[in-house]
Amino acid sequence: MNIDFDMKDVAAVGRGLLDSIAGLTEIPSGAFNIRADGKSIGRASTKAVEIISKKDKPGINIIIAPGTTGETVYIPVILTEPGLQDLVYNDFYIGEAATVEIIAGCGIHNDSCTESRHDGIHTFHVGKNAHVKYVERHYGEGNGEGTNVMNPTTVVNIEKNGYMEMETTQIKGVDSTERVTRATLGEGARIVISEKIMTHGRQHATTDFKVDMNGEGSTANVVSRSVARDDSRQQFNADLRGNNRCHGHSECDAIIMDNAVVSSLPQITANSTEAELIHEAAIGKIAGEQLEKLMSLGLTEKEAEDKIIGGFLK
Amino acid sequence: MLKLVDIDFFANTEKGRKDILKGINLEINDGFTVVTGPNGGGKSSLAKVISGLYKPTGGRLYLNGEDITDLGITERAKAGISYAFQQPVRFKGITVKDLITIAAGREISVSEACEFLSSVGLCARDYIDREVNSSLSGGELKRIEIASVLARGTEFAVFDEPEAGIDLWSFNSLIKVFEKMRERTHGSIMIISHQERILEIADRIVVISDGRVEREGPKDEILPGLMYDRTCPRLDGINS
Repeated sequence: MNIDFDMKDVAAVGRGLLDSIAGLTEIPSGAFNIRADGKSIGRASTKAVEIISKKDKPGINIIIAPGTTGETVYIPVILTEPGLQDLVYNDFYIGEAATVEIIAGCGIHNDSCTESRHDGIHTFHVGKNAHVKYVERHYGEGNGEGTNVMNPTTVVNIEKNGYMEMETTQIKGVDSTERVTRATLGEGARIVISEKIMTHGRQHATTDFKVDMNGEGSTANVVSRSVARDDSRQQFNADLRGNNRCHGHSECDAIIMDNAVVSSLPQITANSTEAELIHEAAIGKIAGEQLEKLMSLGLTEKEAEDKIIGGFLK
Repeated sequence: MLKLVDIDFFANTEKGRKDILKGINLEINDGFTVVTGPNGGGKSSLAKVISGLYKPTGGRLYLNGEDITDLGITERAKAGISYAFQQPVRFKGITVKDLITIAAGREISVSEACEFLSSVGLCARDYIDREVNSSLSGGELKRIEIASVLARGTEFAVFDEPEAGIDLWSFNSLIKVFEKMRERTHGSIMIISHQERILEIADRIVVISDGRVEREGPKDEILPGLMYDRTCPRLDGINS
């Protein structure tokens, strides 16, 4: 079932959000579902990608046929109605040996004085030899006192020799976030997670990863880069659990500025003598010599700072 | 032309005040000036005072007659001073192309950026998109540092021990870079070095020792004495 949809039907504010979070300025050519203020306003399936509404709770099932190649699926969510609390469950079934890119993301525009909130619970079932790239951008805006809250939970199960690359970005305007990621890896399964977060003002971000490497030869690489400015607070938790012959690496690298607080709790657990696990965590301000170098090339201190942060979160 | 008048610089250390530069008077004219002298004598501090990283605690600096003493790092850079760090700085996420573009002060094409890299002996294609981080060797970073100063093309450039870490690249190539740079900028190039082969291209040599100008003059006057002094422990940094 396709829902008739025209980009012109979306108000300018919503169109701006869709562009910010998913780079969407027109209707995507492949499968998509656009959720605005708690309901689907546009949807299309293709031969290889079927998107259907859940019957028991809000959300959709996205079913990617085995052997699919070259498909990109867009599933952005926007909230423009002030004070809306949106909860959605999206389940992804990636068929065997399918290769797919999924562009998700949430944008909130809130000019009110009440909280706008989106909680997305995404569950990925990645089949044997399947290959998924999942991109998620979070963005908030608005001039009201009301806060923009986003709490994404991502649960991933990867079967034998499957692969998932997860790229999440929160750059602006999200006042509070609690990001939870849980992954279970089968034999030869691989996951690469790259997270970028910038907090400012009085924002708060918590991110919590737990990866169980159950299968022989599974690998996990979790890399988080963040910048905390003003009075914002960040907490990073990661637990990589090696339950078989596997390789796990987690890295949390944070730049701290102004009066911000950053806390990092990397944990690795080996339940097998064959598990190889590494964690790295670093928190520090921008090195003075980095500023000096860029200033000696003619940038002002502010320009140098912006370049360093821009590069770090690129 | 850069003129230093009675430049003092001291640092406050745990053991109290440490005088590093003690009344330096110097004129650095167009052409090659090589600054040499024993380790710890104040050469690198002098480079930092010139580029604005250190603020002198006494004295004045003039660039082409303009008093630049109170200018910060950015203003000095804009006034036409470039500085190649002795220890190149690493950046996560900033690529070689980004750095060369910042140095050039304008959008430059990939082929322009590549030209600067090629002139320091780097196969540009392999480097242009690399991050200026610890995945690069000390020698590679050093050459990128030199390329960033080439890209600026200012009339005054100071290089702090440019040869350090450049192991596989011949000295002849490094010297050609300096010569080409002088052809292009017609300006002053100040090189801090212990290397005889760099001293040999100097128009003038300045020997800094214990925070003072110990000797200064045309190469032909100063160099023979330095070679003779090589056995002198005070100048033990000078070797070829």
